[in-house]
Amino acid sequence: MKITLDNVVKTFDTFRAVHGVSLEIESGELLALLGPSGSGKTTILRMVAGLEFPDSGRILFGDVDATDIPVRERGVGFVFQHYALFPHMTVAENIAFGMKVSKVRRSRAEIDARVNQLLQLVKLPGLGNRFPSQISGGQRQRVALARALAVDPKVLLLDEPFGALDANVRRDLRRWLREIHQELGITTIFVTHDQEEALDLADRVVILDQGKIAQMGTPRDVCRNPNSAFVTRFLGDANRFSGVSSNGRVTVAGVEVATAAIPDGPAEMYVRPTDLIWLREGQGVPVRITRVLDRADGRRILAETEDGTHIEIDADVDLDVEAGQRGFVQVKRANVYGAGA
Amino acid sequence: MTSRKPPRVGDSPTFRRFLIAFVLIVGTLLIAAPLAVIFAQAFSKGWPTFASTIAHPDTRHAIFLTVVTALIAVPINTVFGIAAAWALTKFDFRGKRLLTILIELPFSISPIVAGVAYLFVYGLQGLFGPLLQSADIKILFALPGIVLASMFVTAPFVARELIPLMQAQGRDLEEAATSLGASGWRTFFYVTLPNIRWAMLYGIVLCNARVMGEFGAVSVVSGNIRGQTNTLPLHIELLYHDYQTVGAFAAASILTVLALVTIVAKVLLERQGAGRHHGSALAGPVAVSQDTTR
Repeated sequence: MKITLDNVVKTFDTFRAVHGVSLEIESGELLALLGPSGSGKTTILRMVAGLEFPDSGRILFGDVDATDIPVRERGVGFVFQHYALFPHMTVAENIAFGMKVSKVRRSRAEIDARVNQLLQLVKLPGLGNRFPSQISGGQRQRVALARALAVDPKVLLLDEPFGALDANVRRDLRRWLREIHQELGITTIFVTHDQEEALDLADRVVILDQGKIAQMGTPRDVCRNPNSAFVTRFLGDANRFSGVSSNGRVTVAGVEVATAAIPDGPAEMYVRPTDLIWLREGQGVPVRITRVLDRADGRRILAETEDGTHIEIDADVDLDVEAGQRGFVQVKRANVYGAGA
Repeated sequence: MTSRKPPRVGDSPTFRRFLIAFVLIVGTLLIAAPLAVIFAQAFSKGWPTFASTIAHPDTRHAIFLTVVTALIAVPINTVFGIAAAWALTKFDFRGKRLLTILIELPFSISPIVAGVAYLFVYGLQGLFGPLLQSADIKILFALPGIVLASMFVTAPFVARELIPLMQAQGRDLEEAATSLGASGWRTFFYVTLPNIRWAMLYGIVLCNARVMGEFGAVSVVSGNIRGQTNTLPLHIELLYHDYQTVGAFAAASILTVLALVTIVAKVLLERQGAGRHHGSALAGPVAVSQDTTR
């Protein structure tokens, strides 16, 4: 089912949560709404679900205007951050709930068979008789997904589905959700504030900032060509240098960097820690190391430039450096934006 | 020397013994002794006297009236309490705070003030007095007045038990049920109610105890007509002023038994997780437990 959002606006009291968002989600696509808290991502998801109604704009399911169709009739599967499993029902009863209240009458045997099939799908066979309080958080979220899938939704909507789980479980569930999506091919939108999760899982990522779309594209697009300082900073650690742009070249801390065309004047350069090269001696921006952090996959050098800017550099595990040393950094790759962008 | 002091206040054995003894003595004097006196006095002239007092038509009518009042007031207040808790916890609207305060108001107002207020609204000289009289509807000095006054006093009981619980539970469960296609009623009976039932019963028990025991508000609006508008608490007072001590205590013993039943019901319900301090035990889906077992 293709979903179209056409200039959707939503205001709560005086706070404008979503400012005219237009978006097309292709049938069978797995789309991530990514943004910091307050960026309107959950509100957009809830409007697609029919749990909130937009003040203006339209939401289309295929060619049908679904803007005013209430959640009950919209045919969406919604998965909540805190699972929202019915605590007084067993896992099987939770999954069967949607089928039992449905207008489509199903026999007991039919429902039982479908419940078992879904339990297989979410890899929890045999747990049907447990209560939600008797299973782990990761298992609960899988039950919540099975429950949402039981009503054969046109769209699957997930609100920070792994937000309440710890890191390892989160990574496993991510891969698993991707497999399920591959298997069922159902149009899926999920909300997250975790860039890694969005980039790992989604076909396409929509980055939101203060109720507007900052950028959308494939994970590769947004990672390689972030269109603004906000997107650059939001997608990962980035060092910020101020400089001056003239004639397509930017001078930062006395070093010239070639850039894409930006207007002359003050400019900001963002460089990922992995795109900085540490040199003991040679050319580059002079810095002094303040601390070195050791990580499983490398060393992170915290340093300070002469004008007091804090920077972070990713270095190889073998690099022998320590706090107090002086050296230079060179910029391998950078994104430059006009000041205020 | 200071280092040898017990780590927490009141941890020394002497203090502990003193505190326990103090509470025990005061509790006995203030609570246990009067209760014992009620039963002792009620049976002081033997079982036959007790039985005949209870069997007296006026007393029987008072018991009947009290039960009828409870049977009307408690269900209405239960529905009101659920509706109020639902409105306050599942919807956002202007004036929500004010409504919360309004619902809790009967707790802080002296019941007699409520009674007097009802006099001014429904009394002959009151706001609706002439209107009601011309329509020949009797509210004051009759059952409707008693029920209304009791309802005013006990309006917050159910709502107050439900609001913190429903607040903790949030709206996720209802939203999940609706998104799965359940109607409003279905959601309420299959999802909301099962999760609030113990707290609701707890509220009902407290509400019932208060309705049956209410004196102040009812005494203003009932008119104390013996055998007609006297509830059990009013009847006790009347008997007492008539120097029928045994009768007063016999009637009082019935109210006390009702109270003891209430307490037992309350304790049983608390075991099921109801009550304000245990409310969180019911909020299963909200209490996020991290998955650390894998």
